[in-house]
Amino acid sequence: MAALNEPCLSFEQVSFRYETGAQRVLAEVSFTLPAHQVTILFGPNGCGKTTLLYLTLGWLQAEKGTIWVDGRPLASLNRRERGRFMALVPQSEYVSFEYSVLEYVLLGRAPHLPNLGEPGEGDVAIALGALRRVGIEHLAHQSIRALSGGERQLVLIARALTQQPRLLLLDEPTAHLDLQNTYRLVEVVRELKRQGMTIFMTSHDPQVVLALADQVIILRQGKVFRQGTLDEAFTGEVLQAVYSIPLQIVAVDGKKTLQWL
Amino acid sequence: MTDSQALLAVRATSLYRQKMLWALGIGLIVLFWISLLLGRYPAPGLISLERLMNDELAARLVFQLRLPRLLSALFLGMSLSAAGLVFQLLFGNPLVEPGFLGVSQGAAFGAALSIVFFSSKAVVVQTNAALFALAGLGLSYLLARRLRYGGWILRLILAGIAISAFFSAGVGLLKALADPLSQLPEITFWLLGGLASLTWQKFFSILPLSISGLAVLLLYRWRLNVLSLSDETAFSLGTAPHRERAFLIVAAVLPTAALISVAGMVGWVGLIVPHLARRLFGAEARFSLPGAMLIGGWFVIFCDNLARTLLNGEIPLGILTSLIGAVTFLALLSVQGRQWQR
Repeated sequence: MAALNEPCLSFEQVSFRYETGAQRVLAEVSFTLPAHQVTILFGPNGCGKTTLLYLTLGWLQAEKGTIWVDGRPLASLNRRERGRFMALVPQSEYVSFEYSVLEYVLLGRAPHLPNLGEPGEGDVAIALGALRRVGIEHLAHQSIRALSGGERQLVLIARALTQQPRLLLLDEPTAHLDLQNTYRLVEVVRELKRQGMTIFMTSHDPQVVLALADQVIILRQGKVFRQGTLDEAFTGEVLQAVYSIPLQIVAVDGKKTLQWL
Repeated sequence: MTDSQALLAVRATSLYRQKMLWALGIGLIVLFWISLLLGRYPAPGLISLERLMNDELAARLVFQLRLPRLLSALFLGMSLSAAGLVFQLLFGNPLVEPGFLGVSQGAAFGAALSIVFFSSKAVVVQTNAALFALAGLGLSYLLARRLRYGGWILRLILAGIAISAFFSAGVGLLKALADPLSQLPEITFWLLGGLASLTWQKFFSILPLSISGLAVLLLYRWRLNVLSLSDETAFSLGTAPHRERAFLIVAAVLPTAALISVAGMVGWVGLIVPHLARRLFGAEARFSLPGAMLIGGWFVIFCDNLARTLLNGEIPLGILTSLIGAVTFLALLSVQGRQWQR
């Protein structure tokens, strides 16, 4: 087994802008994602979180700087290698047609199959395993359009797990969820981490950060404002500086929570 | 549910869908041979095999006229339906049809242009229609690249609408310019669509484009599902979404353009048949794509049989496909109304 804090992926002085001449969305961002831990990218709307996630995915290319994966630049991975290394759970996904949950989750096998290949029974077993890991195997044969928002989010996670990735990217996974489903999702992410998955997610919900993060990266105006453990980086003063509103982080029964002032 | 139970359920669904495909396919072959014997010579009804052996006129009628026409009907149905299903998937929109990217209106414009200014000879009209169908697609693509509004899919749809409107205005202008006694009826007849003029020569002229396009779509039948996801998600699954989608759109448009160029505007097939296919086979394109092709073959052969046998004269095929398509569509909406709600 690899060392616990072996890096999984790292950014080295990465800058990005959407068009030449336009304003930089990200400026000289550097950080490391430790393996088998949850890293949360936190910051106000429009600070560049999703852009940074898409850079990690390789969907956007850095203007300057390098993203490293296992000592190789991310750009040197081919499409299929990339799809087996990391999987994306998008914020939400509109499904126009009546797929069954299992058919939909099976799409996660694409990076493991040749271009014109089709999933076989071995792939079905992997997809069913992924559905069980997020606790919705009983929905396998339902139409995906009949599911609630929380269940759909779990389907997206199951599809990502079907890719059998080493790194799981989640884009604001709780943004559209109510309290119960947020709790359920947090539990699922915790369980995945316990099973050894490396997780990198964006969130603007401080309660989710407090509940899940091993490491937090706080982004402000395209720059890393603070990064570190919750104790180091996620303090009342930092959040006050980021949002310019009076708040503090207090411990209730040993658990940290955010409080307005 | 345990894994083995779930696996059994998966096997059962897939077996059921395979059986349905076989049933549709065998039924289509039967329908094809019955249709070959069906007609109005010497009397309305089926021609007897005995007459086919002995009557030279009957044999020529069946093998020189009906057979190429039926084969064209089969390919017309398969191509429009497959292209419709693929377009609906890739554009994430159940209301698009295969001609909407400027292809149908482009073909109509090309045909009308040829009739008014060049020649009404079938081969000239067909070539012009095919060229302008592809020009319609090309222009939609170029325009979509210039637009600065919305995502790629929305831009293509908007560009397709604009280019189609442009060509349809052109068709209107050509109609106004056309000689009302000779040219106008020809344009009108072309626009209504039909297979009455189909010969072996025409059939063989569309065959290469049609077969290669359909083969590509069938080979990609599972990956189509992956490419129907959003750009980022499809990319995260190891595909090159823009490039692969563009390739598949061309593969879907080529057979469509080829068939429209010989058959004219045969509406509704590419819109309604994919819906029927998804009802029967589910959305997953591994089954719904071959399913749509078979249903499309059924639908057009059935409509074309009516077109050529119902009356003494020919009823334009496009009228029948629209009429029967619209009725089917309404029936589907009311019977399965629940399924259609978001």
